Amino acid sequence: MEAGPFATAFHLLATFDATLAQIVGLSLRVTISAVALAALIGLPLGAALALARFPGRAAVIVLVNALMGLPPVVAGLVVYLLLSRSGPLGSLGLLFTPTAMIVAQTALILPIVISLTRQVIEDLWAEYEEQLRSLGSSRMRAIPTLLLDARFALTTVLLAGLGRAIAEVGAVLIVGGNIAGHTRTMTTAIALETSRGDLALALALGIILVGLTILLNGAAFAASRIGRRMTG
Amino acid sequence: MRTGNRFATTAFLALAAFTAQPAAGQEFITVASTTSTEQSGLFGHILPLFKEKTGIAVRVVAQGTGQALETGRRGDADVVFVHARAQEERFVAEGYGVARFGVMYNDFVIVGPADDPAGIKGGADAVAAFARIAQRQAGFASRGDDSGTHAAEKALWQAAGITPSGDWYRELGSGMGATLNASAQLPAYTLTDRATWISFANRGPLEIIVEGDRRLFNQYGVILVSTERHPHVKAKAGQAFVDWLVSDEGQEAIAGYERNGEQLFFPNAGDPAS
Repeated sequence: MEAGPFATAFHLLATFDATLAQIVGLSLRVTISAVALAALIGLPLGAALALARFPGRAAVIVLVNALMGLPPVVAGLVVYLLLSRSGPLGSLGLLFTPTAMIVAQTALILPIVISLTRQVIEDLWAEYEEQLRSLGSSRMRAIPTLLLDARFALTTVLLAGLGRAIAEVGAVLIVGGNIAGHTRTMTTAIALETSRGDLALALALGIILVGLTILLNGAAFAASRIGRRMTG
Repeated sequence: MRTGNRFATTAFLALAAFTAQPAAGQEFITVASTTSTEQSGLFGHILPLFKEKTGIAVRVVAQGTGQALETGRRGDADVVFVHARAQEERFVAEGYGVARFGVMYNDFVIVGPADDPAGIKGGADAVAAFARIAQRQAGFASRGDDSGTHAAEKALWQAAGITPSGDWYRELGSGMGATLNASAQLPAYTLTDRATWISFANRGPLEIIVEGDRRLFNQYGVILVSTERHPHVKAKAGQAFVDWLVSDEGQEAIAGYERNGEQLFFPNAGDPAS
């Protein structure tokens, strides 16, 4: 009788070898980079979309909302075609690198960050509009204040993005190529072990991935708790 | 806002440190190959030997043969290492590859449920076995993904004079491992290369039903992608890899790879028919 998935997971963690460390490290690096990039771009854009008034705004909102459901393989395919040597950005030589994976995941979670940020900021603006206006603040000038004020709600927004990015396999498989020691992440390793028929190892990696996600969420929760207490 | 700025700066610096690539300088090539060579562990065995000799790291993207050749066509790999001779020769004829070299072979086997609903167990005629499977409408799982194995399967159906269709014939559009996983569950017959079969752990009721037909021969070839089509291809390092594979040293490395006490690939670069 071979070892069950939990025993295998425990054994993997106990012997935490260089290969596993590398795979876990790359998963974290790619996902956290993608979330940070999406935050850098998506938070201001989402807030701007909440406050700006321009023709076609409703259409943009619908589009961004719809893109939250963008299938990862489609995002992967588009990034693949862009970065391929035969594509417009081919000369950068980025296909089959961690950078390509970060780009694909950023594209995937950006709509989530923009869309949810827009919602949060819109609600907050409705609440504080009069106050901010009386201080002479214009809509656009209010963006930094509102983002700062909404930072705890926005943490949850970023966690939603993190959850999608770290669990995703379709896009990173296409643009990363699942190269051993270079672009193999937790999810692509799970897909690989499944196809090798080593289901116990695949599930063990899955257990570790879920554990990792819980740890990340726990850290974010603790950080926002501490932040709340410090800022009163 | 001062805290905000400081926070933004810190976050940005952390991000920069986090996304920084590890120091470059290591020479590498990208090889588009098949799932059978990667998943059987062959590359894990031979690539460290190649790297030790030349200092060149090989990054393997494991795909079906059709997809691997497409990756080469787009210039996204320096070398392709696949197993579908006709497609390989077309790749070279179209000017995407410099030249094709035979490297090694193994064979395909027909696997299926041990209770053998088509009654073909122990036979050595793959075409007759396929005809029986179709006649009995016993389940058959096809890769359906334009891979080398899929090409071999289609050639066998053609030899049997059958165009497979119907409920019993499932086109999965999946890699070899996923197809074996599905075959074990359906259960169904399928065609697999022996290397993947030997390294496959989730066999369920499946076992080898038919083997030993010379039409089940499975030849692997390697091709350097042409710099005429794609000037950025690392021709020197790629050629070094091709040369090493067909050299005595590379051939011995291939012959030396065993799994569960069985040799998985048989080098035959010297054979003019390879």
